[in-house]
Amino acid sequence: MERASAAYENDLNLKATELRLGLPGTDESSEKQSSRNYKRSSPEMDNSCQKDEQKCVPASKAQVVGWPPVRSYLKNVLHQKNDSDLSGMFVKVSMDGAPYLRKIDIKVYKNYPDLLKALENMFKCSIGVYSEREGCNGSDFSPTYEDKDGDWMLVGDVPWDMFITSCKRLRIMKGSEAKGLGCL
Amino acid sequence: MAYSFPEEVLEYVFAFLSSHKDRNAVSLVCKSWYEIERWCRRRIFIGNCYAVSPQIVIRRFPEVRAVKIKGKPHFADFNLVPEGWGAYVYPWISAMVRSYPWLEEIKLKRMVVTDESLELLSKSFKNFKVLVLSSCEGFTTDGLASIAANCRNLRELDLRECEVEDLSGHWLSHFPDNFTSLVSLNMSCLGSEVSFSALERLVSRCPNLRTLRLNRAVPVEKLPNLLRRAPQLVEFGTGAYSAENQTDIFSNLVEAFSGCKHLKSLSGFWDVDPAYLPAMYYACTGITSLNLSNATVQSPDLVELIIQCPNLKCLWVLDYIEDAGLKALPSYCKDLQELRVFPSDPYGAEPNVSLTEQGLVTVSAGCPKLQSVLYFCRQMSNAALITIARNRPNLIRFRLCIIDPQAPDYLTLEPLDTGFGAIVEHCKELLRLSMSGLLTDRVFEYIGTHAKKLEMLSIAFAGDSDLGLHNVLSGCESLRKLEIMDCPFGDKALLANAAKLETMRSLWMSSCSVRRCPSSNVEVMDERGHPDSRPETCPVEKLYIYRTVAGPRVDKPNFVWTMDEDAVLRLS
Repeated sequence: MERASAAYENDLNLKATELRLGLPGTDESSEKQSSRNYKRSSPEMDNSCQKDEQKCVPASKAQVVGWPPVRSYLKNVLHQKNDSDLSGMFVKVSMDGAPYLRKIDIKVYKNYPDLLKALENMFKCSIGVYSEREGCNGSDFSPTYEDKDGDWMLVGDVPWDMFITSCKRLRIMKGSEAKGLGCL
Repeated sequence: MAYSFPEEVLEYVFAFLSSHKDRNAVSLVCKSWYEIERWCRRRIFIGNCYAVSPQIVIRRFPEVRAVKIKGKPHFADFNLVPEGWGAYVYPWISAMVRSYPWLEEIKLKRMVVTDESLELLSKSFKNFKVLVLSSCEGFTTDGLASIAANCRNLRELDLRECEVEDLSGHWLSHFPDNFTSLVSLNMSCLGSEVSFSALERLVSRCPNLRTLRLNRAVPVEKLPNLLRRAPQLVEFGTGAYSAENQTDIFSNLVEAFSGCKHLKSLSGFWDVDPAYLPAMYYACTGITSLNLSNATVQSPDLVELIIQCPNLKCLWVLDYIEDAGLKALPSYCKDLQELRVFPSDPYGAEPNVSLTEQGLVTVSAGCPKLQSVLYFCRQMSNAALITIARNRPNLIRFRLCIIDPQAPDYLTLEPLDTGFGAIVEHCKELLRLSMSGLLTDRVFEYIGTHAKKLEMLSIAFAGDSDLGLHNVLSGCESLRKLEIMDCPFGDKALLANAAKLETMRSLWMSSCSVRRCPSSNVEVMDERGHPDSRPETCPVEKLYIYRTVAGPRVDKPNFVWTMDEDAVLRLS
């Protein structure tokens, strides 16, 4: 049916008398170009977000299926943990003013918010990561960690995966002392 | 042909021809050469499993011992080919079981392999020696158990980046106690833990073992025992490379690695604790291939390891290496031939590492043998590309992925046409090119004019009109595979170059503007419904065109339509 009507239209040259909005001289193909949409996404993307259990930070551009051209096994390397994995990664946690230290398994957590919540529960305090959050006034604490090189770093600067491989111990510093580490 | 050589002599001469191209050329000389050649061909390569049928292959080549078959198009790696599309190996295996009882080797890429297929092959080919499955799927560890249990003469079991349903690690224990012929075992893509004692015993009793690639589940504590039992190893892949602080592990590793005096290739390195990397240094002088694409460690640790390998030819690494790390390569790894830099955070909106075009420029300047590049980065400039092209006219493979689609030259904000133009102009032996960034029809003019040896081209988000595609199809004389996503190419260029398509293995176009297709060997994939059921102006979702002598597929899923003769009539 469609084929017959196509032939019919060509013979009568209906296109020439067609009413359209658009400058004279422009035709269909240029319209199609502008409507070319690079922001295809697919239900797969949403599903994979849930499966990976990583924080689904929406990128500034909507994700396109097939782009960037990365194999899924590579994504698994970086974001998924093996279920039957090695023993946990226990690090000592000290808190300024507390009489004794604690130990936590940082491999149990999936991201920074999880970790900080656990620390807050453990030490019954409120911990701010960035200086934007309630400011670094005297009553708040800042989490810091000692990395492989022995340097004391502010928690939150590097990607989570990088953090858990380089963190050797944690210290929750009193807000006033942590000022030098980046609180504005 | 009164003066021709006896058949036996010709057969003897043909046996020296290993390249498929040469064999194919020989078979075209005359009828008697065709006949002689087909009876003595032992190795077959089928680049597209749908280009020919098992029956046709068997009829022509009755005495084959080794088969290599490729299935899905390359873009299947990036989830662009829907589930259930095809590339099933079972029909091939069942046909070969009847006709090639002495088959020794099967190598498959991007095919669907079932446990049934694996069991059938393991029980039918008495002299079966080599199974290599690259990017395959559809089987479980039960299939592997059949292979282990039944292939008494197995030499190679190589699973590269396959999606295997991992029911348990028990499959490895199915190798019989008197099985000693193993030369190569690659289980790196499997998840479950195998029995370590079974693995140790297997390694101990196979004196010819030269390749052992473990999976992530093998902890680093187990490595010294394995390495001590196989000091003859040439290629080794670790499992997870970290542990609780135990000082004796480190010294055991050092001792074990120093005993391996023949190592040329290292891989694995999941969950790396950089403190354990120095344990390998003694084994590094002979290393030619280093795959660190799982190693999520920072640049200084990566560099420390890499500079221990003066004979390095092939390096795969994550972008944690950064520009600073790549700077070390010209000084320490002058023989580098292949470099692949993968993105650690491909979906992040902002760069997480300091890796730019500068890293690649430095390597191109200082490594004179560099011929193969795969590089993911977030910015590029025409100036950098021109420099790379001038530095390295010997490039054979150049695949650049700038993560932001249509990113322009970050210095001038212009398209990257002149940069890629310089690549094809200077690198006259270029076989494979993948482009990205902002590109207009101009770049395709350059490609059509200069890329005469180019065999494979991958394009995304590029070009302005059909002229772009037309330049490629009409200019690239050696083109075999073309894959295109999200470009404004339509019917015109395809129609004008229909004959060209017959000379290529395949053309893939997805999310382009194609509405009607020029020939009968065309598959349209559209999960929304038959192409004719939608408005004429609506482009098809995915198009896959390939030449074939096998006729239309009999195993099509319901979202694939092959265009028929009517399509050709409609266009004319």
